[in-house]
Amino acid sequence: MIQYFKNIYSAIATIFIGMKITFKHLFVPAVTIQYPSVKPKLPDRERNRLYVNFDDCIGCDQCSRACPVECISIETVKALPTEDLGKTSQGKKKALWVTDFKIDFAKCCYCQLCVFPCPTECIYMTDVYEFSEYERSNLIYNFSVLTPVEIEEKKANWARYEAEKAAEKAAKAAAPNPVNTPKEK
Amino acid sequence: MTYDFFYKLFNSDIIAALIQSLLPLFFFILPYALFAVWWERKVSAHMQDRLGPMRVGWHGALQPIADIFKLFQKEDIIASDTDKSLFNLAPVLVFVGSYAAFAVIPFSSAFIGSNLDLGVFFLVGVSGFAVAGILMAGWASNNKYSLLGAVRSVAQIISYEIPTILIIITIVMITGTLNLNTLTQIQTGYFWNWMIFGGPGTGITKYVLIPFMVLGFGIIYISTLAEVNRTPFDIPEAESELVAGYHTEYSGMKFAMFFLAEYANMLAVSALVAVLFFGGYQSPCGYLGNILGLKWFIPVEQLFWFTAKGLFFVFVQMWLRWTLPRLRVDQLMNTCWKYLIPLAFVNLIIIGLITLM
Repeated sequence: MIQYFKNIYSAIATIFIGMKITFKHLFVPAVTIQYPSVKPKLPDRERNRLYVNFDDCIGCDQCSRACPVECISIETVKALPTEDLGKTSQGKKKALWVTDFKIDFAKCCYCQLCVFPCPTECIYMTDVYEFSEYERSNLIYNFSVLTPVEIEEKKANWARYEAEKAAEKAAKAAAPNPVNTPKEK
Repeated sequence: MTYDFFYKLFNSDIIAALIQSLLPLFFFILPYALFAVWWERKVSAHMQDRLGPMRVGWHGALQPIADIFKLFQKEDIIASDTDKSLFNLAPVLVFVGSYAAFAVIPFSSAFIGSNLDLGVFFLVGVSGFAVAGILMAGWASNNKYSLLGAVRSVAQIISYEIPTILIIITIVMITGTLNLNTLTQIQTGYFWNWMIFGGPGTGITKYVLIPFMVLGFGIIYISTLAEVNRTPFDIPEAESELVAGYHTEYSGMKFAMFFLAEYANMLAVSALVAVLFFGGYQSPCGYLGNILGLKWFIPVEQLFWFTAKGLFFVFVQMWLRWTLPRLRVDQLMNTCWKYLIPLAFVNLIIIGLITLM
């Protein structure tokens, strides 16, 4: 019989304890972050979408080789000796036309391994993480600033230069230089 | 009062009765249901340190309207093996049961749907309608979860009607009336005339009654909570056990009717508790209309107090829902048959003796 009243008492008492706790929580500020309008602060070493500062890229292909999933594809064409490609912001001289610089973010695993080998620090992680797409092909980002016409032109230039050089070599080989005849013998 | 007004206006008792019967639906129950849905989400969210709906309108205030539009657009799915006529009838019946209860509830001294002398009796009887509707829904769905939910619900509602009625009888013994309007008018004046504080009488019996009234209030609040299938007594629709209980198979507007009926039921039992123990529409501290000499303002104030009391008890129901875990079926029956009913009987006998004094 005593147990019966004890049960009633403990039921009522514990209900009131629980209600007190939930009532207190009514006035506790919510922990929710209203995501698209309020964004959480990300840590300093966050790793999100890559960006390539194409002005500084020398086309060395180091990032492509470091990539464990092979999501970076680079194609380069050598510049003519007469052409001046300018310098990077760190003073390195550019010697290659980067005709193709594609990063496939569908493949990218955000490991940041491509960032460290870059000699000019032109590839780096940004804080952009909202870049979902409906088409997988839209996730292939092309960072090359050359237009297709320009690319064709550079390729043709280099091919012509190569051909000229080869022709020169061939001409040289065909007509032996008389100056270079053995003297000392 | 409103009936007379419309009768004079249209000179037709049919139109007047029609308007009288539709008024609470469109000016009270629907706005209340929309508000309560939003409020429940906000209360639950803040009790869990969340924010709840925030996008539609101020703090998500228009969210229930968006939800209603969504429900309107939904396809009305009827599974092929259901008992179609019962399946379609069930949500209507459940809603009719919960809405009919409002016919006898006095919203203010100027508006009571029907001033029945058997008001409380009618209310208890008509709330049994919901049982038939729920059982119909569960049976016609031809789904084991629905049937289990319906069976549980029926067992629960029928069991918990007993303590409810026993407590109602104690009130009826003291006041000697079943008319909810008279019951409210008895408790006029200030809050110490409410039944929870021993009723309008004076002398020693009033003070002796108070602890038993508090006990009675506790019992009727718990048992009505169980009658409307709210947590901690929500085993008929226990989502972790029975998908959604008896309304698993319903979609679109039929589901919305169950939903509306649930919220209307919450208000109906809250209003019943408010009328029985907390003076119904009576103000706890006098009327502003009396002070300012504006006679027409008093019913408006009464509507305010009725709404405030009803919504307060609805809030407590929500509060309990987000505090307590669900009872097991045997615990549910234990609570009713071993605790509430004996206590209600003891309460009934003691109050009977006190009123004889």
